[in-house]
Amino acid sequence: MSAPPILSVRGLRTTFATRHGMVTAVDGVDLEVLPGECLGVVGESGCGKSVTFASVMGLVKPPGRIAGGSIRFLDQELTTLDEARFRALRGRDMAMTMQDALTALNPAYTVADQIMEVVLEHDASLDGSARQRRAQARARALEMMDLVGIPSAAKRLDDYPHQFSGGMRQRIMIAIALACRPRLLIADEPTTALDVTIQAQVLDLISTLRTELGMSVVLITHDLAVVAEHCDRVVVMYAGQVVETAPTRALIDAPEHPYTRGLLASIPRLSALDAPLDPIDGRVPDLVDLPPGCRFRERCTVAEARCTSEVPMVPLAGERAVRCVLAEGGR
Amino acid sequence: MSLGRLIERLAQLVPVLLGVSAIVFLMMALTPGDPVEIMLGDQHVTEEQERALRHDMGLDLPPHERFVKFLANAAQGNFGQSFFHRQPVMDVIASRLPATIELSLVALVLALATAIPLGVLAAVKKDSWLDRAATVTSLFGVSLPGFWFGILLLMLFAVHLQVLPVAGRAGYESEVAPITHLLLIDTLLRGRLDAFLDALSHIILPAVTLGLPMAAILTRVTRTSMLEVLDQDYVTFARAKGLRRRAVLAKHALKNALIPTVTVAAIETGSLLGGNMVVETVFGWPGLGRLVVESIFVRNYPLVQAAVLIYAITYVMLNFLADVLYTVLNPRVRL
Repeated sequence: MSAPPILSVRGLRTTFATRHGMVTAVDGVDLEVLPGECLGVVGESGCGKSVTFASVMGLVKPPGRIAGGSIRFLDQELTTLDEARFRALRGRDMAMTMQDALTALNPAYTVADQIMEVVLEHDASLDGSARQRRAQARARALEMMDLVGIPSAAKRLDDYPHQFSGGMRQRIMIAIALACRPRLLIADEPTTALDVTIQAQVLDLISTLRTELGMSVVLITHDLAVVAEHCDRVVVMYAGQVVETAPTRALIDAPEHPYTRGLLASIPRLSALDAPLDPIDGRVPDLVDLPPGCRFRERCTVAEARCTSEVPMVPLAGERAVRCVLAEGGR
Repeated sequence: MSLGRLIERLAQLVPVLLGVSAIVFLMMALTPGDPVEIMLGDQHVTEEQERALRHDMGLDLPPHERFVKFLANAAQGNFGQSFFHRQPVMDVIASRLPATIELSLVALVLALATAIPLGVLAAVKKDSWLDRAATVTSLFGVSLPGFWFGILLLMLFAVHLQVLPVAGRAGYESEVAPITHLLLIDTLLRGRLDAFLDALSHIILPAVTLGLPMAAILTRVTRTSMLEVLDQDYVTFARAKGLRRRAVLAKHALKNALIPTVTVAAIETGSLLGGNMVVETVFGWPGLGRLVVESIFVRNYPLVQAAVLIYAITYVMLNFLADVLYTVLNPRVRL
């Protein structure tokens, strides 16, 4: 790894106090995001991928809280940062998009207003009277809408979110996130709410803008096909832990963790339409009452007796690592 | 909003008013008690004199004919003579209406000014002592009967502490030439600060009594809708944009949370009209509510009829106003 990472998460633990007990949604997660790269974070619902990045953004809602670990972003420790400084980072240096733009955009305000407010909040280059600043922010809003490919953007500035199609709304959310040229974009399931054809357009847009603006992107998804096409590296999460991390190509060609193998096997393939789908049997374990040892072992087809003791991440050649006792022994 | 929609609304008023008139007429006809007898009291009159009076008041006709006659006259804006005041009904009502409007407005403002901040605070500080206090207080506010609460306030502030007047709208020395007929505004416009304070001291207890149940309901509605809105993605997204907490709450959350509050406020303002009758009676407030109560006692049919029509029109208009406010708060709704 050449350049130092812009985001470095170490031993992150995020817990939620629930009626049934303490849930450790994120349990000792380590990951890094390098400058300019696209990191895919993969896992099924409830694996902690979204909570990990809500923690990074400082947006964990009570009763959730960060119980331990460190998050370093651009040489600042975020877990101890005061709210005022954290707020100044959000939207300016780190930005996020949410799964469904329909619910993430405020129905009561025009899209221009929603792009402008983030510019007005963070952009130090605006100057002059309040009116002049608003005019500059509005010009930026138009520029951003053009950038994300909204047709006849100038005419649509004063439209409300519900007047746009799903794909266009997603683009507007991206325009808001990128309005201050952040160093890091966290895209949480950017395509789940979209039609397949629109999905590809939105992902291509994110990839293009990543290169144009020179930012890093974290793509949170449950879709390994999306990761294969757009990400440089992948982090696979399971039940609150990172179970495998590797460069995308290597992960897809030779998955080490049985869970990753299961995920890859369960992707429907055009080349084998007749073949039955091969899902992973069983369910994610209850995070309140976790068994000791490997969290995947009850669904694992190759589990052994030694899987019941604690499994550490094992570094492997080729800048990858895996949380499985069988990984090294197998080669 | 289009003119067509406004006309449609006004057209909807016609069946409402017809129905309300019919019901009120029927109830007055079925209620025992004869206005002529009440009016004559113990006076001894000949049968002939009584018949003349009855004819004079239009009461010698059978009820259905009276109703048709009433409708025909009302359609021309003639609501008849008040039996009791010997004046056109509308003149009597017009002289009492401003006091009621003023009392209702002050009650409404008081209710909104306490309920919205309190509801927002309770939601933001959910499960705190403030939230619990607001919930308990609003439970009391909804449950306390207005006449009882009003009398309690009177006993405390007017009788024991003697800091506020017992009844009425203002003292004699506070009379000013009317401009808007709303005393609080007129006294200020005429530069009579002493009279303004006097009017204020008179209106405060009835307005609090009238506004309390409304404030209580609105606090709960605002709290609930605010809690719901705070959980929405757009609030999280607003935070992710690095906006100030105030901007997130006041801009992104509140505007959406106010939609149910506005609806309920409009309906509750309608129910202030009913509350007025009780509160105006308790506080001797010279408004329409007390006039209607008095008129019912003496079977002053024409006045009750006209007043109820005014209530019905006000109610429909308030709901229309709520619809208009809706479009301001929620651009997805188009009238």
